[in-house]
Amino acid sequence: MATDTTGQVKVDSGTWDGGNEPFKASYGKLMMWYFLLSDSFTFAGFLIAYGALRISMPSWPVPDFVFSLLPGGIENMPLIFVTIMTFVLLFSSYTMVRAVQEGHQENRKGVVFWMLLTIIGGSAFLGCQAWEWNTLIGKEHMTISTNPFGTHTESGVYLEGDGHHINEGDTFAEGDSYLIHQHSGEFHPLSYKVTEGDDAGTTKQMEFGPKAFGALFYFITGFHGFHVFSGVVFLIIIMVNSFTGLYAERKNGYEMVEKIGLYWHFVDLVWVFVFLVFYLI
Amino acid sequence: MAEVAKKYDTDVLIQDNGYDDHFHDHHHGDKYQSGFLGHYVFSMDHKIIARQFLITGIIWAIIGAAMSVVFRLQLGFPEESMAWLKPVLGKWITLNDGVGTLAPEFYYALVTMHGTILVFFVLTAGLSGTFSNLLIPLQLGARDMASPFLNMLSYWFFFFSGVIMMYSLFLNTGPFSGGWTAYPPLSALPQASSGSGAGMTLWLVSLTLFVVSVLLGGINYVTTVLNLRTKGMSMWRMPLTIWAFFVTAILGILSFPVLVSGFFMLMMDRGLGTSFFLNEIFIEGQALERIGGTPVLYQHLFWFLGHPEVYIIILPAMGLASEVLSVHARKPIFGYRAMVYSILAIGFLSFIVWAHHMFMSGVNPFISNFFVVFTLIIAVPSAVKVFNWITTLYGANIRLNSPMLFAIGFVSMFISGGLTGIFLGNSTLDIQMHDTYFVVAHFHVVMGVAAFFGMFAGIYHWYPKMFGRFMNETLGKFHFWGTLIGAYAIFWPMHYIGMAGVPRRYYSFQSYDAFKHFGDMNKFITIAAIVVFFVQIVFVINFFYSIWRGRKMTTQNPWGANTLEWTTPIEPIHGNWPGSLPTVHRWAYDYNKDEREFVPQVVPLAEGEIGDH
Repeated sequence: MATDTTGQVKVDSGTWDGGNEPFKASYGKLMMWYFLLSDSFTFAGFLIAYGALRISMPSWPVPDFVFSLLPGGIENMPLIFVTIMTFVLLFSSYTMVRAVQEGHQENRKGVVFWMLLTIIGGSAFLGCQAWEWNTLIGKEHMTISTNPFGTHTESGVYLEGDGHHINEGDTFAEGDSYLIHQHSGEFHPLSYKVTEGDDAGTTKQMEFGPKAFGALFYFITGFHGFHVFSGVVFLIIIMVNSFTGLYAERKNGYEMVEKIGLYWHFVDLVWVFVFLVFYLI
Repeated sequence: MAEVAKKYDTDVLIQDNGYDDHFHDHHHGDKYQSGFLGHYVFSMDHKIIARQFLITGIIWAIIGAAMSVVFRLQLGFPEESMAWLKPVLGKWITLNDGVGTLAPEFYYALVTMHGTILVFFVLTAGLSGTFSNLLIPLQLGARDMASPFLNMLSYWFFFFSGVIMMYSLFLNTGPFSGGWTAYPPLSALPQASSGSGAGMTLWLVSLTLFVVSVLLGGINYVTTVLNLRTKGMSMWRMPLTIWAFFVTAILGILSFPVLVSGFFMLMMDRGLGTSFFLNEIFIEGQALERIGGTPVLYQHLFWFLGHPEVYIIILPAMGLASEVLSVHARKPIFGYRAMVYSILAIGFLSFIVWAHHMFMSGVNPFISNFFVVFTLIIAVPSAVKVFNWITTLYGANIRLNSPMLFAIGFVSMFISGGLTGIFLGNSTLDIQMHDTYFVVAHFHVVMGVAAFFGMFAGIYHWYPKMFGRFMNETLGKFHFWGTLIGAYAIFWPMHYIGMAGVPRRYYSFQSYDAFKHFGDMNKFITIAAIVVFFVQIVFVINFFYSIWRGRKMTTQNPWGANTLEWTTPIEPIHGNWPGSLPTVHRWAYDYNKDEREFVPQVVPLAEGEIGDH
């Protein structure tokens, strides 16, 4: 039998021959990867459901119209707020990278500093999301079962005003968006006269937009927000552990920071997809 | 049968050639093994967790099988009184002049629970949970799972999911009764049926916890297989059991999360008034304000899990059968690489065939064509495996003991059930067959009974490894023949009544002229089912009796097997090997090689010997 110089029997020792880590990743990191892989399938399930429901609808609210408010009552700023939110979250990914980097250099203070910034970024994102939900629910009255954001399917002229932006006699074209406003607890869909097409001359009322829009929006952004929230909680725990010097004694050092970093980047990546489907297309 | 004489001193081989990972220099082993609670209840040792999964699975199997006996009684003897079941089923038996009738809503609940319990609790957790836990570290030469703690959590999530499901059986409104697939609207509207309320809520909570368990387990299995193989255990030297568990775990990681997406949306529909899966519903003449969704969306999300799930069930059985066949045929498994590629191909294909469960749900017939093609392609790797098993048996010196009988029975069942799968995979034939007893017969044979046969083969074969004793061989053979003949007696006739169009899930056929004349056939099936149930009780008695009273294992390697688990001490210890870890020098199937009956994996290659396959 084949033996080496010390008389020991030789064992195959290639990358995949056992006794080592073929991906050069510890079991903990591998597990995080597989968890993220499975989680990405959950999100994929949601986004595919979103696509299926959206395609089955005759119309879908236009994001530029729905998401156009800024704090302080500023209007007509399409997608500015969500751009800021997105930037904050992506920036927190950068600070996370820095924290991991400091971890590799065994720099306890650096880890804590950059993790703190990441926590602030994550919390700021959650705050932005809270404001956005609050505005949509409280001010515009979109809920999971009611969607007042509609789209005109024909051109016409309004027969009444809503006290906000629409005055009697204003015209609109096919594809224009509208919001049915609420006054003293009741929705007031406006009446209008159709000016073109087969129904020209008839009087109609604004119709509510597809319910699925609100339901999907709160459900998917909520599920993502819950991931961000859990991430912030874990970041805090791991930051405290880093601060107390728990990881400095361990054999694998700041690997915990790396693992939560993987999770954090994943949550950012998911947001990119959520952002894409709800705000851009 | 006589135990194989000790031919190799594997202890010495491991001592000489093994490698010292300094495991026993630390005391981490004993810290969580001391005391009854730490050793038997909240154990982090994979061997204990495997036994926990197995025994919990057996308990659930008895409950699930007993349910099937009750609804079979209703189908076979609809006019007989069920008053004698009143003490057990309580208000679900209504007495009328002393004649007891099973409540129809409870019949549906029984059918639903039977499916849920058997598919998830028994054949997923009980099968893959048991043997992945037991064999992955032992056959790979690892001290334990990558994360023993998550492994323990995996069992306890399963346990609590079981507690919740069990609780739902005792609800006043009964457990969920809309079928194990939980299609909306029955699952989405609490007012839709008596089981759709609290029963369905608990069903959802229970299965969500179950998914957590599967994911914790699966992540652990995959990581262990990749990172914790001992020196020399290359991927191509892994026993087929490990390949099967590895791919099973990957399927679980990728498919269960999609089920969770569907579950969460279902929870929203139930609790918060969304309409993801609901459209144009009328209940008691009232139109509901729930529009815009589609129940077919749920079916897609469900079957994206549901189809891989049947391979999650059958792949471990395939792995166990392959190993048992090879050991007791005293021959190398035929076409090892082809077996591995088949497992991988089945795993891959299982993700692109799910809509064959939905041919009749109104999916586009053009798209159905794709699913037909891929479904039928699965027959290719499946047939490769079947031919390889048969070729392994060809010309072999077969030991016809209980594990071997069950492994051969597995092959028989898999062929019988697989053939009917080719019928059902055709979207045109499915128009006639859909939701008939033909489907019931098909899946029970191919993934129900076959998976059980694989599981039994595994239990009889590895029982000495788990409990240090053997199960009674005579009872084992009785169990095999009773189950084999009984299972065919149950399911063979079902094919005929299915072809005649008898629909599944019906409470009674009394009022249908077209189906009335199958009454005698249904009686026959019911009697066979009752017999098979009692044959399984024999197994359960044998199982528990042998734990304490079975014949003791006196040698480390009673079957003369090559894999590493048979080099561990008879009395299991934490960390599996007392000293160094074994190193591996050859594949797992060197049987009858160069005049040697078997050559364990720890035996180094002789001078000039060509290794592997």
